[in-house]
Amino acid sequence: MEVTYLAAINQALHEEMRRDENVFVMGEDVAELGGAFKVTDGLLAAFGADRVIDTPIAEALIVGAGVGAAILGMRPVVEMQFGDFISCAFDQIVNTAATLRYRHGGRASCPIVIRAPSGAGVHGALFHSQNPEAWFTRVPGLKVVAPATAYDAKGLLKSAIRDGNPVVYFEHKRLYRSIRENLPDGDFTVPIGVAEVRQAGRDLSIITYGGTLHQCLDAARIVAKEDGLAVEVLDLRTLLPLDREAILATARKTGKVLVVHEDRLTGGIGGEVAAIIAEHAFESLDGPVRRVAALDTHNGFSPPLEEFILPNANKIVDAIRGLAAY
Amino acid sequence: MAHAQTAAASSETGARVEYELQLYYWMKLIRAFEERVSRLHRQNKILGGVYSGAGQEAVVTGVCAPLRPGDFVAPLHRDLGVFLVRGVEPGRLMAQLMGKETGLSRGKDSFLHGGDLEHVIFGSTSMLGSSLPVAAGAALKFQIKKEAQVAVAFFGEGASSRGDVHEAMNFAGVRKLPVVFVCENNRYAYSTPLEKQMAIENVADRAAAYGFKGHVVSGNDLLAVVQLAERVIRRVREGGGPELIECKTYRYRGHSEHDAALYRDQEELLEWQSRDPIPQYELYLEKKGHDLKRIRAEIDERTRAILQQAVEFAEQSPAPAPEEALEDLYAPGPMNPASNGRS
Repeated sequence: MEVTYLAAINQALHEEMRRDENVFVMGEDVAELGGAFKVTDGLLAAFGADRVIDTPIAEALIVGAGVGAAILGMRPVVEMQFGDFISCAFDQIVNTAATLRYRHGGRASCPIVIRAPSGAGVHGALFHSQNPEAWFTRVPGLKVVAPATAYDAKGLLKSAIRDGNPVVYFEHKRLYRSIRENLPDGDFTVPIGVAEVRQAGRDLSIITYGGTLHQCLDAARIVAKEDGLAVEVLDLRTLLPLDREAILATARKTGKVLVVHEDRLTGGIGGEVAAIIAEHAFESLDGPVRRVAALDTHNGFSPPLEEFILPNANKIVDAIRGLAAY
Repeated sequence: MAHAQTAAASSETGARVEYELQLYYWMKLIRAFEERVSRLHRQNKILGGVYSGAGQEAVVTGVCAPLRPGDFVAPLHRDLGVFLVRGVEPGRLMAQLMGKETGLSRGKDSFLHGGDLEHVIFGSTSMLGSSLPVAAGAALKFQIKKEAQVAVAFFGEGASSRGDVHEAMNFAGVRKLPVVFVCENNRYAYSTPLEKQMAIENVADRAAAYGFKGHVVSGNDLLAVVQLAERVIRRVREGGGPELIECKTYRYRGHSEHDAALYRDQEELLEWQSRDPIPQYELYLEKKGHDLKRIRAEIDERTRAILQQAVEFAEQSPAPAPEEALEDLYAPGPMNPASNGRS
């Protein structure tokens, strides 16, 4: 059956809660309402109010309480209603959760999943459009994932729930109902830390993740048709830890790398990817590592502003052509 | 009732008498441990921040004594006594303070941030008050799993200004969680006095705003603390919802050992030292007919031996190897990010 990205997340939650009675869900409006986006729809009816918990508006509490339950053996999946609000829980994530195992000398673990609906292109303006992943990708002790397909959304969430560490799970709001695919019956997972080649090619590599994967695939189709370029598209899927082998493999294969993300340019994950390539695959490069990312500004509301700020297929096509010319 | 036989022969059980003597022992051990730590810091044998809880021993002793195994405790940075009362090996605690491999955090963090989940003690971070949401989460687990356990979160009146504290208390009130919030009000947030921190008299008064009871007790009166804590913990364990205990107390030393606390009036310090929890409790034991002189001599001897052993153990323990800086970041699983590649 064809399933949307949103339904895939919902399925993963249902299946994991059925599989393990220690899994529970907590957040703002997740129970009665089924979540602001309906991601947690049906969980309350299926699992009851002890395991599907509406909280006050209190992000630090939501994460902190999740940590308290997690260290005693529970498997909380907590929701930030919008990824933008994760800043209110920043200390609990980067200090309480991420250092927990370290400061307990390896004798504690913190298996919490923090779901964060993120991303722009939905007229969300400054505080409902952010892509805050790079605040977390430099924090040891965390894992960070950002699925771009329904299959990965389901498989990565299952892996995150089963992982023994805090995992920040960024789900892209624009993908919720805009993409769908047939998912296999039965249990499957997608390993954390493993990137996936979405399309093989020999001329140039695009490295991306999350919301921009589909724009990159569109751009690759355009340049294949109009320029005869065979573009390889690597979907990182996990942002911490980065799959360095996959990054270096595609860089060495094509010699030209474009990194694309919807997060802002400066301090984004693209800088780290470019540095990895420059350090370890320099001799394979036939051109500079280029980046396409959101402009270094806030996510303006009015459509002309947002279009100007965000990456899209046309901007990616231009960047591909510029890089291919080397 | 003022002679030796009375206590044991009274309607009180022998167990209660033993318990009351045990409380005394713990307070004395904590004080001796604190004083030794301050000395070791002066000798450069303990580096970094050292936050003495001297003067506040009755709070941790009185609150932790009625707890059961499996109850969750989140101490604050001054609560060395929590570890001792909950049964953590003194040598491991000393090794923790010295940054040794045998310490709670294996050298990863300083002083009291290394928790010990074997004893269900959570290692709090330096972001004071951030452990209250965690304690609420531990209590939530007990509630979900219908376990007759309680969570205890210690915090200072300084931390009470932080939003985490409000978020945790509000949620605990809404869900009637089995958590006891214990405020150690020692009147100073580092150098900032009470009147610059809050516009009301008692932190405990805030409990009403969250729909549960708040109690004020002298944190230097062990008997008062323990009697209140026993009642509160029993009610909370039985499902009565959270409660807040505010203990009015005072720290003798600065915020940390490098702080001479010149912002405080010397007279104020003397006043509080005259209300020291240990002699107060000794008076009680004497009134109950115990041979205090003998008991004190025995306990002093015992704590001296324990501390000597603890210091020797810690000093002889190895420091961690440099490369261990990269260990203990991730729980083992299908994929270890430290390996930076496919599993």
